[in-house]
Amino acid sequence: MATQLDKTNLLNAYRTMKQIREFEERVHVEFATGDIPGFVHLYAGEEAVATGVCMHLNQRDKIASTHRGHGHCIAKGVDIDAMMAEIYGKRTGSCGGKGGSMHIADISKGMMGANGIVGAGPPLICGAALAAKFKGDQGVGVAFFGDGASNQGTTFESLNLSMVWKLPVLFGAENNGYAESTGVKFNVPTANISDRAAGFGMPGITVDGNDFFAVYEAAGEAIKRARAGGGPTLLECKTNRFFGHFEGDAMTYRAKGEVKDLRERCDALKIFSTQVTSRGLLSQEEMTTIDSEVKAAIDKAVALAKAAPNPTAADLLTDVYIAY
Amino acid sequence: MARKLSFKDAINEAIAQEMERDQSVIVMGEDNVGGAGSPGEMDAWGGVLGVTKGLYPKFGERVMDTPISESAFIGAAIGAASCGMRPIAELMFVDFMGVCFDQIYNQAAKFRYMFGGKAETPVVIRTMIGGGFRAAAQHSQCLYPIFTHIPGLKCVIPSGPYEAKGLLIQAIRDNDPVIFFEHKAMYALKAEVPEEPYALPFGEAKLLRSGEQVTIVAFGLMVQRALQAAEALANNGIDCEVVDPRTTSPLDETTILQSVAKTGRLVVVDEAYPRCGMAADISALVAQKGFESLQAPVIMVTPPHVPPPFNGALEDLYMPDSARIEAAVQSIVK
Repeated sequence: MATQLDKTNLLNAYRTMKQIREFEERVHVEFATGDIPGFVHLYAGEEAVATGVCMHLNQRDKIASTHRGHGHCIAKGVDIDAMMAEIYGKRTGSCGGKGGSMHIADISKGMMGANGIVGAGPPLICGAALAAKFKGDQGVGVAFFGDGASNQGTTFESLNLSMVWKLPVLFGAENNGYAESTGVKFNVPTANISDRAAGFGMPGITVDGNDFFAVYEAAGEAIKRARAGGGPTLLECKTNRFFGHFEGDAMTYRAKGEVKDLRERCDALKIFSTQVTSRGLLSQEEMTTIDSEVKAAIDKAVALAKAAPNPTAADLLTDVYIAY
Repeated sequence: MARKLSFKDAINEAIAQEMERDQSVIVMGEDNVGGAGSPGEMDAWGGVLGVTKGLYPKFGERVMDTPISESAFIGAAIGAASCGMRPIAELMFVDFMGVCFDQIYNQAAKFRYMFGGKAETPVVIRTMIGGGFRAAAQHSQCLYPIFTHIPGLKCVIPSGPYEAKGLLIQAIRDNDPVIFFEHKAMYALKAEVPEEPYALPFGEAKLLRSGEQVTIVAFGLMVQRALQAAEALANNGIDCEVVDPRTTSPLDETTILQSVAKTGRLVVVDEAYPRCGMAADISALVAQKGFESLQAPVIMVTPPHVPPPFNGALEDLYMPDSARIEAAVQSIVK
């Protein structure tokens, strides 16, 4: 493991994961002050999944995200200042303040949108992959979805359609153990979500989603196969959610001490740090430097977002149609 | 003598001409080729009523069969449209929209607004509407008011072959998501259709008949019935104007209001359900913006608020016909 990534890539992987963590921890704090409107769902704890998958993607490749979409945005290269401004609902946000946390997107980066509808992404990414196939540009599409969305008909239909049309798709199941407040043991009758791939004649694999290298390697193989015309893969990453379903969720459905224990034992950043330092691939100092750079960048993003202007009244009526 | 084409062939010709012109136009739908994975011929059906027949031999893999899996392939059409293609997806009967409605009203319709004007979704969803086939409650509805209700969608209801070709070409070239409603009882209807491609703009109603006493606004097949009624009424000395809005979103309010300003009377004929339908919508428009011109109550000619029945006699009672339109007009012309 790990050997195929050079130092620059390892540093990039760490930086991306750290950016996601810091971004989410900070949004958690700022949300509690009442400055951030609406519904916010945080990705902290799942950083290795978005990072391990998106490191294989280029600008041409597309991702469809979920309501828990900040991590996917950051991993796909969306500008952090524009993201934070969007979450604050400001005019300078990546969607001009009209999308917010649940619909954050940057089409120019191949990030086709967070989505307020559970299970809406897989059909859309089949279309993105179909477009790539027609263009012949070797592009791939990745649909991230949770254990909750794994039960949606749209997901099953998309697994089927992607096989029927042999589409270059990676279905990235992020199994964080909870569909809102309902445990995966209640929701999913198979041991693994990836077991369902067999029903569609599709390769299915489950990895430790808190282990960046496990995700990176499995995703790499699936994406390589997709680019070569070998069709879709269902990759399940078993991971953990450090915050509630939404900000404000008291999480009474979780065991006492569960999150604290997960943060100690299953933290993707800690696991990564141990792996790379024990093998002498990166030093702690190198990562500490990144930590302070990331913290400064998030501080700046929050300051800019708070100072940014709101949309104007005229903005209410624009962007419904291109021409009407 | 200009060439005549059926409603069905006009649609087929529009698709073929746009596919010739633009490589990004693709076609997908259940049995749109007909025969994929089967031991017999390809292009066996060309859509369940043959509207896309002949496209597969011309355009090969750009015409695709799909599983009966509407959420997946309508979603895929929308996703492909977000990524530079111009898909024309056929969703056989509008009644089936229920199984994939999220992809249409929360996804396609919303991308542009939610993403701050940075998304384009040039998808066309073609679908059959309407009664007359004794196809009963799940294969006979009109439902276009439901789509008209949603900002971000454009809704097109052609009333004949000429409109079908020109409006579909506009739909394919349009960069917003368009739902194109084809009344299945008109597929065999023939009219003059130019051979060359032409696009009819959205939001421009067509004045099909000029008159002084009553304005009749009608949609789709009901335009044909309104014209029949107007003809019969003319023989009885009642002079009607017939307006075909052609698109319900955008809606050409100006032409409707100008017509009512002239005639002072309005009958709206709509095959959709009466509650929150187009008849109610047009009535509300005229009540708000044309009240002073009205010399009589607005009359809505619609089915009753019941599902389409199977029994033929009941369905004939259900659907507005020219006799009901004539009676409605006579009731307000004293």
